[in-house]
Amino acid sequence: MATRKNAKKPNVSADELKSYYRDMLLIRRFEEKAGQLYGMGLIGGFCHLYIGQEAVVVGLEAAAEDGDKRITTYRDHGHMLACGMDPKGVMAELTGREGGYSKGKGGSMHMFSTEKDFYGGHGIVGANVPLGAGLAFADKYLENNRVTFTYFGDGAANQGQVYETFNMAAIWDLPVVFVIENNQYAMGTSQKRSTSTPDIYTRGEAFGIPGEAVDGMDVLAVKEAGEKAVAHCRDGKGPYILEIKTYRYRGHSMSDPAKYRTREEVQKMREEKDAIEHVRDLLLSGKHATEDELKAIDKEIKGIVNDAAEFSKDSPEPSVEDLWTDIYTDVAPQNA
Amino acid sequence: MATEILMPALSPTMEEGTLAKWLVKEGDEVSSGDILAEIETDKATMEFEAVDEGTIGKILVEEGSEGVKVNTAIAVLLEEGESAEDIDTSGSDAKPDPKPEETSEAKENSTPAKAKSDEADDIPKPDTTPDWPEGTDMKTMTVREAINSAMAEEMRRDDTVFVMGEEVAEYQGAYKITQGLLDEFGGKRVIDTPITEHGFAGIGVGASWGGLRPIVEFMTWNFAMQAIDQIINSAAKTLYMSGGQMGSPIVFRGPNGAAARVGAQHSQDYAAWYAQIPGLKVVQPYSAADAKGLLKSAIRDPNPVVFLENEILYGKSFEVPVMDDFTIPFGKAKIWREGTDVTIVSFGIGMTYALEAAEKLAEDGVSAEVIDLRTLRPIDYDTVIASVMKTNRCVTVEEGFPVASIGNHITATLMERAFDYLDAPVINCTGKDVPMPYAANLEKLALTSTDEVLEAVNKVTYR
Repeated sequence: MATRKNAKKPNVSADELKSYYRDMLLIRRFEEKAGQLYGMGLIGGFCHLYIGQEAVVVGLEAAAEDGDKRITTYRDHGHMLACGMDPKGVMAELTGREGGYSKGKGGSMHMFSTEKDFYGGHGIVGANVPLGAGLAFADKYLENNRVTFTYFGDGAANQGQVYETFNMAAIWDLPVVFVIENNQYAMGTSQKRSTSTPDIYTRGEAFGIPGEAVDGMDVLAVKEAGEKAVAHCRDGKGPYILEIKTYRYRGHSMSDPAKYRTREEVQKMREEKDAIEHVRDLLLSGKHATEDELKAIDKEIKGIVNDAAEFSKDSPEPSVEDLWTDIYTDVAPQNA
Repeated sequence: MATEILMPALSPTMEEGTLAKWLVKEGDEVSSGDILAEIETDKATMEFEAVDEGTIGKILVEEGSEGVKVNTAIAVLLEEGESAEDIDTSGSDAKPDPKPEETSEAKENSTPAKAKSDEADDIPKPDTTPDWPEGTDMKTMTVREAINSAMAEEMRRDDTVFVMGEEVAEYQGAYKITQGLLDEFGGKRVIDTPITEHGFAGIGVGASWGGLRPIVEFMTWNFAMQAIDQIINSAAKTLYMSGGQMGSPIVFRGPNGAAARVGAQHSQDYAAWYAQIPGLKVVQPYSAADAKGLLKSAIRDPNPVVFLENEILYGKSFEVPVMDDFTIPFGKAKIWREGTDVTIVSFGIGMTYALEAAEKLAEDGVSAEVIDLRTLRPIDYDTVIASVMKTNRCVTVEEGFPVASIGNHITATLMERAFDYLDAPVINCTGKDVPMPYAANLEKLALTSTDEVLEAVNKVTYR
């Protein structure tokens, strides 16, 4: 874990800080609610929560511009909320209802929003990495100066196709930021047991791709690194790797008892490194916000999440006709 | 308002569990994320965390209780200002959130695709419009030239069409299919890839989502097994998984099936593999005209298309219509030869044996109708069924393995939709159930042949 740059005064406005606090809190409360709905049997199958990793997507979204794209693997709820997708549509997809982003046909791991340039939501570990480079390939081909954030985990970083993609992204100078969300456990296997290098970003060196490690529990550090990576891509210099060291508080999925690490390890991270608490401290100590203001934000978020949960219960199941729709399309897609 | 804490489901299959241990007691204040209890599921012991903050007002299920049903209230959480006396336990029955039940109406409506064949007795009326107008000028062309010209024409028509693959640009194509394209369209649109099928297939699919129309060439389809996850999981399924938001307009193409003396790893027909996948379209042309017209349709199709070519056919010449814009729609079989005694159904290089057999049969006075399926998804059932209703006999011909072959599927469809019209069991001529041997004599035996087709026809016509 990179050390937090406590010494440095953050060069950030009160409004920005508040918006990061709000966005991260939305993800956390949303995920807690999703966990609860899973417990009630309203969400089925696999459900991978993002709790603990909120600063990664919120920091990087702060570095993105309109039209930039993002794609990730199966732990995707946070990415969707951070890029502005409607919590109701996300939650209703988790409950498999018509009001979900995929009309209930995708589920937790397979959700998309072309409107928000969110390209999934992919259930095959590592497969989204060439897909993300392909989106960047299209942007370069169409000369539209956009950047694709391609997120994957420390586990996916051992898939062969990641390195096939690094190679092509480098030889073709694709505008893609490879974001390795290193939460230190590939399901139940620690990075130490699965990965030959302690710093995964250094694997880019073999392909001439620059990269760096970033403290993923510090949203400001993530944002700063994201801006640097995006500028690199937009300047036509090719791909960039950000290895964001983060931590997931919950198990790999809802049904993971998490016996591969101690309760103390998790507790220590929560108490000492929590990304939301960090911003809360900055807001209060810098007198950017009062306790009451933060309480009001908490309340607003709680309302949004409760509304999403209600919507996800009330939305009907997809119609039986929908079993047979969306297998083929007659409509040619618009240029992105 | 006091809220009930319910017994959680902690795995996709859990219906009940043991409340092994409470880690809080009545009166404790808890906040979101605090561990409340340990629950034993069918798989493991799990920690159960609080979602809301408040005070534990009452524990309703003691630790050690077994068989606690999911969604039973196990404790009551009080909000600020409430006390234990406020608890109204009368409503504390497990109120599982209603999992919307499948209504009987829904069940009735969910007609499986198969049931559509209830109109079995309806004689299908296949589309018999000609592929090109009568009197069109024709030109002799190899399959190789036809595929090349289809790509060049579509690249001229649409700037977002590009071709990528191993040796497609500077080398001019391992089988010279992309010859001349680099000169005409430049390196931006004719792209040599490293030898990395999995990776470039994925980049192609991503590019198709980003507004382009990629043609991904596999040097052979054998190598595409490295990329099959991207073809199926990413290209074929995304439209469905995204609720119709994102299609993948991409063509995967290259030579498929046995060539000559290249051994087991380079000689396999993938027709049946890909034809099984909803979301894909699958083409396997025989003639040059079909290769051209179908490839142009494939490139314009907003869905992912698997285009299975054949190395041996590349050099074969056919008549191709000279037209400004010649396309052939998918799902329309071609009757190469009309006949009355037996229907021979084939596609791709299998047509070579089918047509040769029909020629020999004609010399013997047997009139064979020969149908080229051309596309295997969608498949033109109507043309096959209408033909079998006339001839009452059917033989299928393909080079792929026998188990779960296209012929098997045609046979099953005929049993469902034309059983009463069959005068003999359908016979499937296929490749043998062995990896392709290298030795010339064994390789020949491993493939199907004109003689095998003749033998099958003799059997179904009881000659």
